[in-house]
Amino acid sequence: MVELVGYGLVLGSILTLGAVGLTLIYGIVRFANFGHGDLMTLGAYLALLLTVRIFPALGVLDRRLGSLSFGWVMLVSFVPATLVTGLVAAGTDRLIYRRMRRLGVSPVMLAMASLAMAFILRSLIYILWGPDFHFYTPGLRPMLMLPLGLKLRPDQIFIIVTSWVLVIALYVFLQRTKMGKALRAMADNPDLARITGIPTEQMTTWTWIIGGGMAAAGGILLGIDSQVRPEMGWILLLPLFAAVILGGIGNAYGALVGGLVIGVVQQVSTQWLMPAYKPAVAFAVLILILLFRPRGIFGGS
Amino acid sequence: MEIIRILHFLAGFAVMASIYAIFALGLNVHWGYTGLFNIGIAGFFAVGAYVSALVTSPLPTGVRADYVQQAIGLNLPFPVGVIAAGLISGLLAIVIGIPTLRLREDYLAIATIGIAETIRRVFNNERWLANGPQGMVGLAQPLADLLPRRYYNFVYLAIVLAVLVVVYMALERGIRSPWGRVLRAIREDEVVAEAAGKDVFRFKMQSLVLGAVIMGLGGALYAHSVRAIQPSVFTPLFGTFIIWVMLILGGSGNNKGAVAGAFIVWGIWSGTGYFIDRVIPVAWAARAPFIRLLVIGLLLVGILLTRPQGILGEEKQVSRMM
Repeated sequence: MVELVGYGLVLGSILTLGAVGLTLIYGIVRFANFGHGDLMTLGAYLALLLTVRIFPALGVLDRRLGSLSFGWVMLVSFVPATLVTGLVAAGTDRLIYRRMRRLGVSPVMLAMASLAMAFILRSLIYILWGPDFHFYTPGLRPMLMLPLGLKLRPDQIFIIVTSWVLVIALYVFLQRTKMGKALRAMADNPDLARITGIPTEQMTTWTWIIGGGMAAAGGILLGIDSQVRPEMGWILLLPLFAAVILGGIGNAYGALVGGLVIGVVQQVSTQWLMPAYKPAVAFAVLILILLFRPRGIFGGS
Repeated sequence: MEIIRILHFLAGFAVMASIYAIFALGLNVHWGYTGLFNIGIAGFFAVGAYVSALVTSPLPTGVRADYVQQAIGLNLPFPVGVIAAGLISGLLAIVIGIPTLRLREDYLAIATIGIAETIRRVFNNERWLANGPQGMVGLAQPLADLLPRRYYNFVYLAIVLAVLVVVYMALERGIRSPWGRVLRAIREDEVVAEAAGKDVFRFKMQSLVLGAVIMGLGGALYAHSVRAIQPSVFTPLFGTFIIWVMLILGGSGNNKGAVAGAFIVWGIWSGTGYFIDRVIPVAWAARAPFIRLLVIGLLLVGILLTRPQGILGEEKQVSRMM
């Protein structure tokens, strides 16, 4: 049981990275981005491209970092992979969603377009990389025995630490910087934000870059924890929405708590249910929230 | 003989396109007329297909029982299976509607996609229910002895077209009735409809159930057409997304558009499959389906950006009195 809670925290940390971006986009751009899971997948594949193709082709030698399963090449790859994913997300907004907003299309059709984007991204990944599973690095990954009967791999501790560092960085950004305040103002009331002179289109672009980048980071960490495969992000879509709605739409701190709760609930459920039902468990939690606390545990933005 | 073969091929195409047209009509009730954002069509599709399969097939006996498991097997005739499929699918809609129809429209979307994924997982993992990932094979076909076996597509096409015409006529009547006007009023502005004294929740529930019943019928017709169903068929792509592309391309809020969209998109889907199979190298064969998926995804984005109302657009419904 303690073990499962440990795995739940790992999964929850990964979910959190997806959920904070999803909730920001939901709160600021105001539609449910069904392509968010596939942005995570894209990030994971870009890191795969860098670590197993581009850096080795450049003759860069990699050495494992301590007892982690990967080396510094992975750490270096993190930056371009998240950045490119963020730019892809922002580019999609420019090319598709912004045009639709200007045509006065309803937010529901934007959500439909994002579902189309999910399929487009995934089909491109299938076409370019094929349906097989990939690993960043081959070989076994030993477990560490921790106090309280907790068993985690060094990689998994890295995952928890990295995602928390990123979430804290986002917290500081949203609380302390002018742009962060502008973003929160937009989530609160877009019309009021525009009247006070906040460049809302520019802020929307930044929302996509941040949300896409965070999603990519989550995808890479998921790839480190298990494997890289085309459906990896799509499977997380329901847990992501469960985390977002649990935390209250547009509430980045709520998404953090929501991600961890959903992650732990999903993993602990495997004590009684087949692991294949993990998304269904997240969905059941989601329905309970909708029935009893439709504005999330902390209320909406 | 050659002409017969071509006609037979076309009949097979028309069977599948007509079944998808039935799904698109069901979605048109939800989205086109009421504004219910259902992206879990695959769930109703799967339930319809499996219910009819379980109702019409006998329980396996003898050697077959060793490798085929199913919870029930009533061995009832085809029409009973189709009707049961519609009813159970409608019941499922009530269960989904209760927690979600009072909430924001995007919550219904998330709930329906969740139900669809859950249903697929249940059929995949609970082998006792309907034989797990292998699914059910050898489903009964109605009027199988009417014509020689190789002409069966024509027989089945007649059955599917009959259902399609009945559904289409019923919807055209319903949508022009006062009831249909309330649905469109809810789609345009829920608050105004509520203020006019309409019980919005009840009308939305009726719409959700009616659309789901139609989708359930479609699922049953699909199952008996292909005669073999597995959980892997009812994916978000094949069971939901392609139907949305059909409705949006044809024109949501227009039943003729829904039917036309189904035939066009099914034509593109089948055509690209035929084309890609001949063009791409063998080594890429495993990736071929995803090229088709890409085409369908780009098609939807293209329509949304250039002609969001679809080819036909919404049909104007004005009172005869005006």
